[in-house]
Amino acid sequence: MNADFTAEELKFQKEVQDFLKAEFPQDIKHKVDNGIRLEKDDFVRWQKILYKKGWVAPNWPVEYGGTGWTPTQKYIFAMEMGLYGAMEPVAFGVKMVAPVIYSYGNEEQKKRFLPDILASNVWWCQGYSEPNSGSDLASLKTTAVRDGDHYVVNGTKTWTTLGQYADWIFCLVRTDSTAKKQEGISFLLIDMKTPGIKVSPIYLLDDEPEVNEVHFDNVRVPVENLIGEENQGWTYAKVLLTHERTNIAQVPNSKLKLRKLRDLAANTPDGFGGSLLNNTVFARKLAEVEIQVLALEYAELRTLAAVSVGKAPGPESSILKVVGTEATQFIDELYMEVAAYHSLPHIPEQFAEGFDGDRVGKGSLANSSNVYFNNRKKSIYGGSNEIQKNIISKAVLGL
Amino acid sequence: MDFSYSDEQQMLQDSVQKFVYSQYDFDTRRKIIKTDTGFSAEYWSLFAELGWLTVPFKEEDGGFGGSAVDLMVVMEEFGKGMVVEPFLATAVLGGGLISELGSAAQKEAMLSAVMEGSLQLATAYAEPDSRYNLASVGTSAKKDGASYVINGNKVLVLNGPAANKLLVVARTSGEKFDRDGISVFVVDASASGISKREYTAVDGHRAAEVQFNDVKVSADSLLGAEGKALTALERVIDRAALAVSAEAVGAMDCLLKKTVEYTKTRKQFGVAIGTFQALQHRMSEMFIECQLARSIVIMAAMKLDTTASDAEKAKAVAAAKARVGRAMRKVGQESVQLHGGIACTDELDVGHYFKRVTTIENLFGNTDYQLVRYASL
Ligand SMILES: Cc1cc2nc3c(=O)[nH]c(=O)nc-3n(C[C@H](O)[C@H](O)[C@H](O)COP(=O)(O)OP(=O)(O)OC[C@H]3O[C@@H](n4cnc5c(N)ncnc54)[C@H](O)[C@@H]3O)c2cc1C
Repeated sequence: MNADFTAEELKFQKEVQDFLKAEFPQDIKHKVDNGIRLEKDDFVRWQKILYKKGWVAPNWPVEYGGTGWTPTQKYIFAMEMGLYGAMEPVAFGVKMVAPVIYSYGNEEQKKRFLPDILASNVWWCQGYSEPNSGSDLASLKTTAVRDGDHYVVNGTKTWTTLGQYADWIFCLVRTDSTAKKQEGISFLLIDMKTPGIKVSPIYLLDDEPEVNEVHFDNVRVPVENLIGEENQGWTYAKVLLTHERTNIAQVPNSKLKLRKLRDLAANTPDGFGGSLLNNTVFARKLAEVEIQVLALEYAELRTLAAVSVGKAPGPESSILKVVGTEATQFIDELYMEVAAYHSLPHIPEQFAEGFDGDRVGKGSLANSSNVYFNNRKKSIYGGSNEIQKNIISKAVLGL
Repeated sequence: MDFSYSDEQQMLQDSVQKFVYSQYDFDTRRKIIKTDTGFSAEYWSLFAELGWLTVPFKEEDGGFGGSAVDLMVVMEEFGKGMVVEPFLATAVLGGGLISELGSAAQKEAMLSAVMEGSLQLATAYAEPDSRYNLASVGTSAKKDGASYVINGNKVLVLNGPAANKLLVVARTSGEKFDRDGISVFVVDASASGISKREYTAVDGHRAAEVQFNDVKVSADSLLGAEGKALTALERVIDRAALAVSAEAVGAMDCLLKKTVEYTKTRKQFGVAIGTFQALQHRMSEMFIECQLARSIVIMAAMKLDTTASDAEKAKAVAAAKARVGRAMRKVGQESVQLHGGIACTDELDVGHYFKRVTTIENLFGNTDYQLVRYASL
């Protein structure tokens, strides 16, 4: 048993580090380091740089633009990106819809969609959830009715993250209302510019319009946008979910946040002449979450090792989702505790592009309440933590 | 032993409850927050008219009696409506300091105006580096003939934007952290040398960071004896801590009620999600937290109304704030989680209760601070 990197792997790690230092744009790094909101353009610009290097999609098969890396290399890459503060490409295109397209789409569809996803020419969003279909996704009601060589789509999707920027949306729609609920669902790609689509913003707890409601009113979608077979969409979506779970534990991100937190705590007065880091009550909590992330990292490594010898990531990956999101959320609590009352001002302008004044509140900590509020979503989306525990009890424990 | 309210307390509760229920629904509150001042002047006058602004004050100051249990009764109901009018800043903090420290003339001049609703106050005590230690005062007030000159930075000045007068905690002697040498001055909000950075906080309340740059005040603006204000300040902040803890009890009751109601109506997998035992137990735990929070707040309020020593009272408040802090975190987070996505939105009131209880946790000593303080008392 060993968890050491080989000489080759160490060389690769160095290559990734050098690349990030040289190529991750300074202005984006400045935003990440100072908690300034990232704009669509930041994601596009960075992905195009990764694209030039050929590093957008480590998980894709090589023939479509994947890197051909070993699981360990993928792990190294994700870790170095996360520790440097470099964003992963937005998941909807690269991690969510692309695997479905290259696994179940026809040649025409692969040619049409995959290159633009890789090059970040097209922005995708995910249209699964509906107002009455959240955890029970299979109960979805948006319908697609065949009319000649089109489907006519009617219904409402909700919680559509970043849908306001999207060129395309991938949807689960009901094509057969008579079948068992999982069996009448199809996977449909829809151009957001099609007449009949209306996008309305939903403001979250930090007052940002991060998600949307997307209404479909007799939207005509060409049949050639159907992926795979009609009524097989649920099967495809389930496969997608396992892809979505890679890096679901968010270990690199948590490690970076913990490192910054340690610095912040060391520089935050406890009010009695010392620093917060020297305060045993706080230091204890910080230690607890660092240990949790370490255990999580090794749980993830064990999953990776299993995948590298050919096993599919099983229901155990639910552990990664539950523990990963809880760790992130706990780290957010600690940021807020370091900030104390400096986290209370709600001044979004202070975190917009171009702001370089002195913030009301304290530096990047001034936003820590809002970050804490916003990240409550993490234990809710992507299959809520309760649903993950149901999976563990049924599929792992056999209860 | 008797935990029931007196007739007067019952009437007080009924009147605040009726107001919140019939005139302070979530949409009204939302509109109030978006106005320029961030609170309703009309409601403020109503509070005065109904006598609520007299509740924190002793009879000898012209008040309703100043009992902590009375204050708890009002704050709990305010918590249910997430009332943003500056009752705490003006009547409990500012008014509290004047009542504790003021001369007869100062009380006469200001307390009746507070109770009539014509004077707004804010207390400038916290500093960028002070965290929750009230003795950590870097702002200085230097004697200059018959005046004092104040210099320093204050943060978290609740009601700072609307206040007519600021109660400024400043050091007249000694070093930062010394318990001795801390004084309170009443300063006109429009005095020259004051600059404010005003903001709306995450919970919708208004506050400001205030800078004092050679602000000259006359000697008669000193409140109480020079250099001897700290214990009074501590008592007032503790009273405020008790008040917001009671507010949190009201807010948490709403969160619990709304969560239970929602899980009875929200259907997934063909059934109400409240039928899942995994969620039932979580709500039972929320209920337990609400009950324990209420119990410890009652304990602390009753303690403040006795003749116990300052240290015993402080210990009771530290216990209450710490325990309620734990409850707030749990009840707040669980309410959001059990609602699912809908509670992550600005639209639903649940998220706003969550933000208010989170803010309360950060005010007047957070949970860790109060735990350590409890252990040391
Ligand atoms: C910020 C945000 C972004 C999102 N982005 C997207 C997106 O881009 N695209 C998209 O399609 N969707 C998105 N979602 C939707 C997300 O997937 C759903 O919110 C999630 O599936 C939960 O559904 P719900 O909100 O309707 O809650 P509900 O399903 O109503 O659940 C409410 C509560 O009941 C619990 N519960 C439900 N069933 C059970 C059970 N059987 N046993 C025990 N507990 C149960 C849940 O865990 C939760 O605590 C997003 C959500 C959020 C909050």
